[in-house]
Amino acid sequence: MIKQEIQNETEITTTQPLPADRLEAMAGWGGSNSGMAYLYRPSTVAQLRQIFDFAAQNGRTIGFRGGGNSYGDAAMNDESIVLDLTRMNRILAWDPENGRLTVEPGVTLQRVWEYVVEDGWWVPVATGTAKITVGGGAAMNVHGKNAWKMGTFGEHIYEFDLMLPSGEIKTCNRNQNSDLFFAAIGGFGMLGCFTSLTLHLKRIYSGLLQVEALTKPNLSSTMQWFEDYMHNSDYLVGWLDAFSKGKKLGRSELHRGIYLKPGEDPNPQQTLRLETQRIDPDIMGFFPRSALWRFQRPFWNNFGMRFVNIGKFSMARLRDGAIGREPHAHFHFLLDSLDWRKPFGPGGLIQYQPFIPKETAEEAFTQILQLGQQRSLPNFLTVMKRHRPDPFWLTHALDGFSLAMDFRITRRNRERMVQLAQEMDEIVLRANGRFYLAKDSTLRPQVARAYLGEETIKKFLALKQQVDPENLLQTNLWRRLFS
Amino acid sequence: MTSTTSTPPTRPLEPQKRAIVVGASSGIGAALVRELAQSGYSVAAVARREARLQELSDSVNTAVPHGHVSIYSHNVTNYDEIPTLFQTIVQELGGLDLIVYNAGVQPSVTINEYNFEKDRKMIEVNLLGAIAWLNQAALRFERAGQGNIVGIGSIAGDRGRVGSPVYNTSKAGLATYLESLRNRLTRHGVTVTTVKPGYVDTVILRENAANPFWVIAPQEAARQIHKAVKRGRQTVYVPARWGLIGLIIRHIPSIIFRRLSF
Repeated sequence: MIKQEIQNETEITTTQPLPADRLEAMAGWGGSNSGMAYLYRPSTVAQLRQIFDFAAQNGRTIGFRGGGNSYGDAAMNDESIVLDLTRMNRILAWDPENGRLTVEPGVTLQRVWEYVVEDGWWVPVATGTAKITVGGGAAMNVHGKNAWKMGTFGEHIYEFDLMLPSGEIKTCNRNQNSDLFFAAIGGFGMLGCFTSLTLHLKRIYSGLLQVEALTKPNLSSTMQWFEDYMHNSDYLVGWLDAFSKGKKLGRSELHRGIYLKPGEDPNPQQTLRLETQRIDPDIMGFFPRSALWRFQRPFWNNFGMRFVNIGKFSMARLRDGAIGREPHAHFHFLLDSLDWRKPFGPGGLIQYQPFIPKETAEEAFTQILQLGQQRSLPNFLTVMKRHRPDPFWLTHALDGFSLAMDFRITRRNRERMVQLAQEMDEIVLRANGRFYLAKDSTLRPQVARAYLGEETIKKFLALKQQVDPENLLQTNLWRRLFS
Repeated sequence: MTSTTSTPPTRPLEPQKRAIVVGASSGIGAALVRELAQSGYSVAAVARREARLQELSDSVNTAVPHGHVSIYSHNVTNYDEIPTLFQTIVQELGGLDLIVYNAGVQPSVTINEYNFEKDRKMIEVNLLGAIAWLNQAALRFERAGQGNIVGIGSIAGDRGRVGSPVYNTSKAGLATYLESLRNRLTRHGVTVTTVKPGYVDTVILRENAANPFWVIAPQEAARQIHKAVKRGRQTVYVPARWGLIGLIIRHIPSIIFRRLSF
């Protein structure tokens, strides 16, 4: 057995095959891609080191996987080794006085908030799902509905231990090994494996959040609302009717969340209980949320979604201006109780989320929304958030807005979707925008180079070369954009 | 320490289709390599004869824009090296969607010849080789929940005939093996196709058939096989009219069949 192109690499015959019983099919969260890899699930640092050695000796690459919630190919490494880190899930230290928590990388956000909430703490940055792991959240440097105020997940990491491909463990924080600190957060697992992470959490004085809902009739008033309320809110998020056109383009329902101050909640011991935070598995006490997708599925197409969007906006108008209090977990993680992917069908979905500076955002978003409508590829769910810059090398964050758009993928629209994504990329780059690797499925190397900047990429690749000269750490995402 | 074997980049919305053709140096196999490369597959061509493979990959890779044929020289009777080779190929392809087992030999056998060496060779290449290769693919596809397995059998496997007992046996064995795979794997979303070519203009035909008829070119056979795969067919005669012959042959009563000289 000799392959012509690599005839002189006789080592290939000396490598042992990976055990076939470790072969597993896996996909990104969006389910629009699939691949197979040899899955290992280490539970200790020693096992982790063993797998690093084994891979290095056998010429195999390693990719990391946490909760598997990246939409595209960030947690996939086809035909080689994937390390599922969800068994490294111990909580190592917790200081309820100062809100400092040290965990292994496989601890989920769910575990974290359930662990700390009764002591009056909350996760400072909460993604739309609590199923992500802390290691994954750090590697992809995720954000939440308070991104303009609290920044990205990485900003709340005090320090971490990182196992390099050599097996050496380095402690990194803002002063010690600071290059690794700022590169590995957002470095999508290409520099090493987090073995422990220390976070600063957010003090809360009630298990409830004051939430206001209102509607805005168009894109510019929607964006103005963010600017108007940034200084006196804790969470701001907008849902946009993706099907509205013309003057109504970008009409929205907006939610503003504010933490309760000490004393505003008459009975915080009660509301901080885990029981208060639990999301009822049934709607109105009898209809299981887990079955909701069966009713959504028939509407999840270009025709049906038009009515879903109109209906949702009309409902929003009815409760315009409503103010209420709801548990934190409800506000952040409601979608976890449904299966958000199932209505999209077997082809899955992708999310396209550009980040655009506030000066150019309105024009760019107008073009992007119109382009999808013109191409008959409307997105089904559009969410707007406000952001601020952060110090991490490969960051998506900037002083501006993001628009997260869910596109349904079918066998027939794949090619058109690829085309549309390329056209949208052009608009984003012209507006000096950025992208987010946790969501990405469509970027091309030249677009990644353009938004990250040659200088940054050179710096990152030099650091990777230094800590991982054999390119042991790879994922599909890495090969797609950087190799 | 060895350098890492690289997997090709993939793009989530633009998946590359990937195939292995075992027995690719001539005839139907070579034609299939060409056919699959033309329709966008990245193809690994496996066969004994390296020079022929090289020629094939050079000609396909220049003729087909973005054509990607890689070659692996391997004797299917070296069963021990198959698991490693299979894994190496799949890694270098970046995955696998289709495997075609086409390796087959038919030394000419006279009507009163009982030559164990020839017989053994046919079983080893036509049947055991197929089992060794397709077992690998079956295990993988079952876990993937998708995939296509194609075995090139023969109409010769439909009945045991006076001319070539062991060739008939090897192809009948292959057909039964494929049927079992189908019954195991359909529930996992895997398609198993048994192809039964009639007379195709290949070396085997030239060495063995006295008066061939309905002869088609290997390229035409490959086109029809590819079509059958796309349609997820279970058993397909190539060309289809041989299905009628097969039907008749399968139903000739033994009392008549044993008196026939064909």
